[in-house]
Amino acid sequence: MISDQDQKSFSLEALRDGDRAEFARLVEAYSPMIYRLGLKMLNNPQDAEDILQETFIKAYRHIGNFDGRSSISTWLYRIATNEALMSIRRKRPETISFDVPSVYDTEPQEPLQIVDWCCLPEDEFLTSEGRARLDEAANRLPTNLRVVFILRDIEGLSTRETAEVLEISEMAVKTRLSRARLRLREDLSEYFGRLLEKE
Amino acid sequence: MHRHEECRQLLNSLSDYVDGDLQQELCDEIELHMKDCENCRIVIDTLSKTVSLYQTSSEAAVFPDEVRQRLFHRLDLDEFLNL
Repeated sequence: MISDQDQKSFSLEALRDGDRAEFARLVEAYSPMIYRLGLKMLNNPQDAEDILQETFIKAYRHIGNFDGRSSISTWLYRIATNEALMSIRRKRPETISFDVPSVYDTEPQEPLQIVDWCCLPEDEFLTSEGRARLDEAANRLPTNLRVVFILRDIEGLSTRETAEVLEISEMAVKTRLSRARLRLREDLSEYFGRLLEKE
Repeated sequence: MHRHEECRQLLNSLSDYVDGDLQQELCDEIELHMKDCENCRIVIDTLSKTVSLYQTSSEAAVFPDEVRQRLFHRLDLDEFLNL
């Protein structure tokens, strides 16, 4: 997780003055996480690279507007997340609006899969097939749940940081994260439950 | 309260519970409930495992060097690539 401490290691003054060496340090520090975010959101390496480049181009242009109230990492995540959401909307215009309350904010999903697959041997979980199943399950989540799940559980942002990035309430973050995790659990239970039957 | 209704109400708190982000009173309530409810115990254990699997799998993600090089080039920062 990126903390506020990271912000102190960059000179905002130098960044605002257009110091290219300082900007290069910022790019070096945060490009892996922005690329990973793009990859998880869009599931395509070329799209993830486009998001990465656009994020830092916009960051360089708009660093003067960064007021320092949030951390630099939160600000970069916000730019990258908006870019990724715009890319998804361009490709899938039918995608539901991200920022309005949806059915996923109000209706809990009751668990249907009751299989205790935790007892599988550890080396059966993260095989290449297992990892592919994890990715497929995450990709099946509705966008407004997936983005919260990626920021919280993949990128390790706190609830407050995720709320700041997405400009939604902390309660909405918690609700969407809960819905996302329960859906993923259902999905993975089908797959790992079948593996358990074969044991 | 009917058992199924109790399970349904606890569902909203499970995500906070696996994060260790729940008030002690509610934790106690869930733990008491789990003693008599095998289904909820399984849901909580597999929910917790689901979260940890995603966290572990994301740690192994790589950032390709050619992507880094193209990024620095696009930003006109080539001179800082090897610093």
